[in-house]
Amino acid sequence: MRKKELKLIVTFHTTTDAMAMEKMCKEQNISGRLIPVPRAISAGCGLSWCADPKQSEIISTEMKRAGIKAQALQECMV
Amino acid sequence: MIYMDNAATTLHKPPQVAKAIVQALNSIGNAGRGATEASLGASRVIYDTREKLCRLFGGESPNRIVFTANSTESLNIAIKGILNPGDHVITTVLEHNSVLRPLYECRERGIELTILGCDGKGNISCENIESAVKENTRAIVCTHGSNLTGNMIDISAVGAIAEKHHVLFVVDASQTAGVFPVDVQKMKIDILCFTGHKSLRGPQGTGGMYVRTGVGVRPLLSGGSGVDTYNIHHPKEMPTALEAGTLNGHGIAGLNAALSYLEEIGMDSVRAQELSLMRMFYEGICGIPGVKVYGDFETRQRCPIVSFNIGDYDSSEVSDELFSVYGIATRPGAHCAPLMHKALGTKDQGAVRFSFSHYNTEEEVQTAIEAVRKLAED
Repeated sequence: MRKKELKLIVTFHTTTDAMAMEKMCKEQNISGRLIPVPRAISAGCGLSWCADPKQSEIISTEMKRAGIKAQALQECMV
Repeated sequence: MIYMDNAATTLHKPPQVAKAIVQALNSIGNAGRGATEASLGASRVIYDTREKLCRLFGGESPNRIVFTANSTESLNIAIKGILNPGDHVITTVLEHNSVLRPLYECRERGIELTILGCDGKGNISCENIESAVKENTRAIVCTHGSNLTGNMIDISAVGAIAEKHHVLFVVDASQTAGVFPVDVQKMKIDILCFTGHKSLRGPQGTGGMYVRTGVGVRPLLSGGSGVDTYNIHHPKEMPTALEAGTLNGHGIAGLNAALSYLEEIGMDSVRAQELSLMRMFYEGICGIPGVKVYGDFETRQRCPIVSFNIGDYDSSEVSDELFSVYGIATRPGAHCAPLMHKALGTKDQGAVRFSFSHYNTEEEVQTAIEAVRKLAED
């Protein structure tokens, strides 16, 4: 397994919200990708957006602007 | 074959629809089930289709677009999900069984049902709808266009009535989605039910509904959602709340291609062509002795449908003759619209329905007119 790094993880209530996030980030040139929700955050399944923690502010701002609802934004080792 | 049964399903689809389905069959996984490129490929095409449908219907967010198998499923979810015993609901005789049968079931559960009649041409009066509203009225459920006569209901006017009296407005757009503009916000529609395989020109097995923000609908199904696995309840967030189980990703990919085609060609152009063919056919047959056409052809807006009978011939016999001798595909019988037939007095005879697509040609319409003329002369 690869070495874990600290990442910003955004979780969502629905797959639709996750897909809206991916599309918005692509359009705004915000790097990151969709990954399965890490166990450290939730034992359920689903998609989460994984990004550099330095992008936390811009991600929050752009999500608000685009009206994308997050379940939570948190940092964890992924 | 000259296919003129487009109100049942459009046979001729834009070629990119089949191509998109095949491509999806060979490449996509299960949407919302993991983050592999296969699964994300399905999630992406499904999300993009939600966006296109949201744009088409003027919805406030792609989250409010739910995928189902067809209009029938959408209408069942809508009707059974908003009505409770003691509620009153208003509908019309123009409706298809996909509206009527769920409503009859609701009536058996203690929901009061008012079914409004029509005039001799098959039109519904908006004044009658407003007069039928009572203190316990929960919803008005009606079609945008009759699948038998092609007559349309002024859903903007009905939406205004629903808003004024604080009742929910559910619209069956099976015959109109993709041909007539529908703006759910301007028309005050709370739930819009549509199918993908008719005038949207997507594959069978696709359909959906728009549900306005704030409208709570009890789901018919619960099950796999791809999220929140350890919750004993199905998620309440839309659209997942109403989408239990694997979606028809392959079909939705086809619908996506059909919507791209519609955006490209323009709904106005499609409608103009279909109405022109419908008008040509109507004018060609309405003067033939023995031919009786049903519906109102004086209105500017109507679905591209012409239903008629020849004398007292069984409509099945006429339709069979049209196909076996002239290769023209039409639909006889009752069209799943029992109350409309009763209102027109055609319960026993049924009617022969021609319904047009912009893929039909004037030459085909001319052939159809001549076929009807010859049958009427026999």
